[in-house]
Amino acid sequence: MDKMTFENHYMKQFDEELEEIRTRLMEMGGKVEQQLQNAIRAIGEADSQLAEEVIKEEQLVDNMEVDIDEACILIIARRQPAASDLRLVMMVTKAVNDLERIGDEAKKIANHALILAGEGGTSKGYTEVRHLGQSVMSMLSNALDAFARFDVDAAMRTIEEDKQIDQEYKTALRELATYMMEDPRSISRVINILWVVRSLERIGDHAKNLCEQIVFVVNGKDIRHQK
Amino acid sequence: MNAIDRASSVMGAKSGTKQNLDVADNQVTVGSCFTDAPKMTMRNVNVYYDDKQAIQNVSVDIAKNEVIAMIGPSGCGKSTFLRSLNRMNDTVESCRVEGEICMDGENLYAPKLDVVELRARVGMVFQKPNPFPKSIYDNVAYGPKIHGLADTRVDLDEIVENSLRKASLWEEVKERLHQSGTGLSGGQQQRLCIARAIAVSPEVILMDEPCSALDPIATAKIEELIEELSQNFTIAIVTHSMQQAARVSHRTAYFHLGRLIEVNPTEQVFTMPEHELTEAYITGRFG
Repeated sequence: MDKMTFENHYMKQFDEELEEIRTRLMEMGGKVEQQLQNAIRAIGEADSQLAEEVIKEEQLVDNMEVDIDEACILIIARRQPAASDLRLVMMVTKAVNDLERIGDEAKKIANHALILAGEGGTSKGYTEVRHLGQSVMSMLSNALDAFARFDVDAAMRTIEEDKQIDQEYKTALRELATYMMEDPRSISRVINILWVVRSLERIGDHAKNLCEQIVFVVNGKDIRHQK
Repeated sequence: MNAIDRASSVMGAKSGTKQNLDVADNQVTVGSCFTDAPKMTMRNVNVYYDDKQAIQNVSVDIAKNEVIAMIGPSGCGKSTFLRSLNRMNDTVESCRVEGEICMDGENLYAPKLDVVELRARVGMVFQKPNPFPKSIYDNVAYGPKIHGLADTRVDLDEIVENSLRKASLWEEVKERLHQSGTGLSGGQQQRLCIARAIAVSPEVILMDEPCSALDPIATAKIEELIEELSQNFTIAIVTHSMQQAARVSHRTAYFHLGRLIEVNPTEQVFTMPEHELTEAYITGRFG
């Protein structure tokens, strides 16, 4: 096969079902992306309302996960997919899990945004959040783009971005530790920032998982846990 | 890129190193056709019905105690190929077999070869159960009798019991061995035919869609039986059910228009086939 297509089944309905889970996964990815963006903005702009919205909409993402999983189970039960079809269905069930976890982390970030906005005070640590946030946003976006095009090269490049994020995460931790030592009164506030930074780092890991799944769908190779 | 753009964007990824759709004349079978310790070796086999070529240049090994499944669309030649492995095609006037088909290094198409003996060594089970219109006992005892495998009645009784046991039928028929074989259910009849095939201690068993006339429970019993039989016999099975091939076989061979396109371990064929024609077939697409 030159292209990854999920068409041309003798059973047209099967084409539609595969297309449907693919499209719904993309929608879920878009939603999660937006959640993350809003959560980061809520911190930087101390926007409690936006944070509340993110928290409220997490339920939507959860529902999407359950719905898509159910559609995948139905496909397995009714169509017994094989080869690339099987790989796609398995990939989608794993990817929705990662996306849901990203949604969870976005909600956690929003929770911390609420606390931080409520406390007021200095904006120390915001630079680190903005910095890491941008990298993670870009990585997630690249991962979703790679999935939309089943682009293995893009997926591999995106996996590499995770190293950069881990590096930025470590740098951020060091800076946050310095803030706490410099001004012990800021400790409780900086700890909140620290949790946010931790969530961002986790999101990078989930985006990496997504990319590994793309390689699996296209090449049939499992590249997880390879050093 | 937003979600909708992404969803509608064109998918253009190269998927691995899939072979091209065209089946060129010099098409070489992809995958692992050959084994280290083959029971049967087929080399450059061509089969013709009059002028029409049904099998084109097929080379493949079947390993000892292996279950190899042959799949492919109707008319792809898989049954023709299977039938040439014990010279069943000899009975078809217009059929001509070229190339080399050997078992343990012995050419099965050698002029001096005893075909009756060959069919005892390479047994066959057909799509429709075809027990003889005789008793269950006689159905199984017939082969050993004509091949002189039993000297005494006791020996024969033992062969019949063992064969029925190996075919997982003994417990169901031991009380009525002298009733007609045709009075059994379809699944039981098919297992009787398997018992009949293994009564003459074959080395290889060929199965031509052995479950397509059976219900799912009878099918499951035959499939379990295939798994057990593979400990003592080498099995080649032609099936239209891809799930069946996936369940019972160690290697799967995909035939297309008389050519052997791909042979690979079954787990690979059903998750990551090497040839795109195989992929199209097992995923139910038009290639």
